[in-house]
Amino acid sequence: MTALSNDSSGRSSQSTAPFRMVERNALAWRHNWWVIASGAFEPLFYLLGLGFGMGALVGAIDVNGVEMPYKNFVAPGLMASAAMNGAVFDTTMNFWFKLKQERTFDAILNTPLTLTDIVVGELGWSVARGAIYALFFLIAMAALGLTTSWWVLLTLPAAILIAWMFGSLGIYFTTYMRTWTDFDFLPLILMPLFLASTTFFTLQTYPTWARPIVQATPLYQGAALLRNLSFGTPGWNDVGHVVYMVVLSALCTRAASKRLGPLLQS
Amino acid sequence: MTTALSAVDLRKSFGDFEAVKGISFEVPTGQTFSILGPNGAGKSSTMKMVTTVSPVTSGSLTVLGMDPTTNGRAIRARLGVVPQEDILDSEMTVRENLVMYSRYFGISWADARTKADELLKFVQLADRAGDKVEPLSGGMKRRLTIARALVNDPSLVLLDEPTTGLDPQARHLLWDRLYQLKEQGVSLLLTTHYMDEAEQLADRLIIMDNGTISAEGSPTQLIAEHCSKEVVELRFDNRTSPELQSVAEQSGLRIENLPDRTLVYADDGDAALSHLAEQGVHPTGTLIRRATLEDVFLALTGRSLNE
Ligand SMILES: Nc1ncnc2c1ncn2[C@@H]1O[C@H](COP(=O)(O)OP(=O)(O)OP(=O)(O)O)[C@@H](O)[C@H]1O
Ligand SMILES: [Mg+2]
Repeated sequence: MTALSNDSSGRSSQSTAPFRMVERNALAWRHNWWVIASGAFEPLFYLLGLGFGMGALVGAIDVNGVEMPYKNFVAPGLMASAAMNGAVFDTTMNFWFKLKQERTFDAILNTPLTLTDIVVGELGWSVARGAIYALFFLIAMAALGLTTSWWVLLTLPAAILIAWMFGSLGIYFTTYMRTWTDFDFLPLILMPLFLASTTFFTLQTYPTWARPIVQATPLYQGAALLRNLSFGTPGWNDVGHVVYMVVLSALCTRAASKRLGPLLQS
Repeated sequence: MTTALSAVDLRKSFGDFEAVKGISFEVPTGQTFSILGPNGAGKSSTMKMVTTVSPVTSGSLTVLGMDPTTNGRAIRARLGVVPQEDILDSEMTVRENLVMYSRYFGISWADARTKADELLKFVQLADRAGDKVEPLSGGMKRRLTIARALVNDPSLVLLDEPTTGLDPQARHLLWDRLYQLKEQGVSLLLTTHYMDEAEQLADRLIIMDNGTISAEGSPTQLIAEHCSKEVVELRFDNRTSPELQSVAEQSGLRIENLPDRTLVYADDGDAALSHLAEQGVHPTGTLIRRATLEDVFLALTGRSLNE
């Protein structure tokens, strides 16, 4: 037995290592798959209740000079929040549980997996969950006759970007949490973000001074991009939205990995 | 003879605090090496550096011929790690814990399942395969953690206090399993508070205290060097005996006063006891026993291990 003859037959290559985290989560969730499934329905309820229900009262609204039914306006914003929700579940409380409470990652770091594998794998899982929620919502939109342009197909990759942004934000945020109760603040951040991101009201509804603040929030960026794609009216400002999200995602992913190092490998 | 593990002037600091203060040791392939020491001695800090998870502060460390700072992944692929605390995956069943752990090593699902069943038998947990981890007893969790460390047929197994909290039966089962591993040529590094465990299992050992090595050798060597063959334990009604102190000094006997008893080191316990009786020392209780590593530790540090 020579010292360097490791990884003989039957051992996977290193590039697939992050996928082990996806397998781990699938196995762990296997007993509670309905929790994941039910999360996909939440935005759909908003669409039916607010988009169709309240939309009947509101009638047609003016979006950047174009008249459209309220339900058509609400749908892409809700798709953005579907991607956000899917990505946030497993990168906040569930991530903290594995990081601090159960110390699942400590055990995994004793295997060939590296910290980067874990971060990439956990993000991959969360992005997949967000993307599946978004896809499910997109199919519902199509079935309800809310898709009008072929551009809408591009909302899917855009939703993946939204999920990455919120997944990495979630992990970064979670590295600062000391106890379980710190997460009580999470709804206080997510709820206003959800309400004030032009999901339910057009940007013109806000007072002029508040508009730049709304526009600076990550969910606004995602919702605005999905709306333009879904209405078939993409423009140069959408390049801005994409750049914003790519940059924020990359920064958060890097920062989160940096903070996890000392937490797990002191 | 090849070397499974070697450390030269190995150090570990946490901020200003130095937990491991320059230790050197070597574990030859196929041997069992033990680190003994009281709480806070630096045993776990040393183990974590060997697992490549905790970065070495200074000094050199070679694990299975590789450098932990550059070859962490390749080293871990061939290590089995039993951490001091059982960190099992509470979101899975007993068997799934083993199957998933195999997957982290890139073992195929089919092989992982076969291995899981084999290891569950090995640690006598086959009847709990489908149970959640949480309701398992402490000893069962420990055994599952040990089984988990073996999924990849490791060349070197690190066990941080593997038998703490186990009942005597489970301890002997584990010792038996460790012998079997050793027979297969696996190198073992284990920390323990239990002297008898080190005496039973270790080919060589170091005694660590305060981040440094205070003695090194085989169990018999250490006893021979730092202790007598036998130890006489004396108990007195009023705890101590003033005569004993002076008698011991006159006749050059080494003694050690403990809170509840006094130890007398002698190569012939019976002879020492009758000598003391002649000099007027009359303990209320006596026990002559073989010297153990516990006595070595006491002689070296003046403290008992489990204080
Ligand atoms: N992550 C850490 N940060 C700061 N100090 C640490 C850390 N880990 C260990 N120490 C300190 O290093 C010293 C040695 O700890 P270590 O866990 O290595 O001891 P040990 O010999 O394993 O003890 P025990 O028998 O209690 O398990 C202790 O004083 C401990 O407080
Ligand atoms: Mg320890």
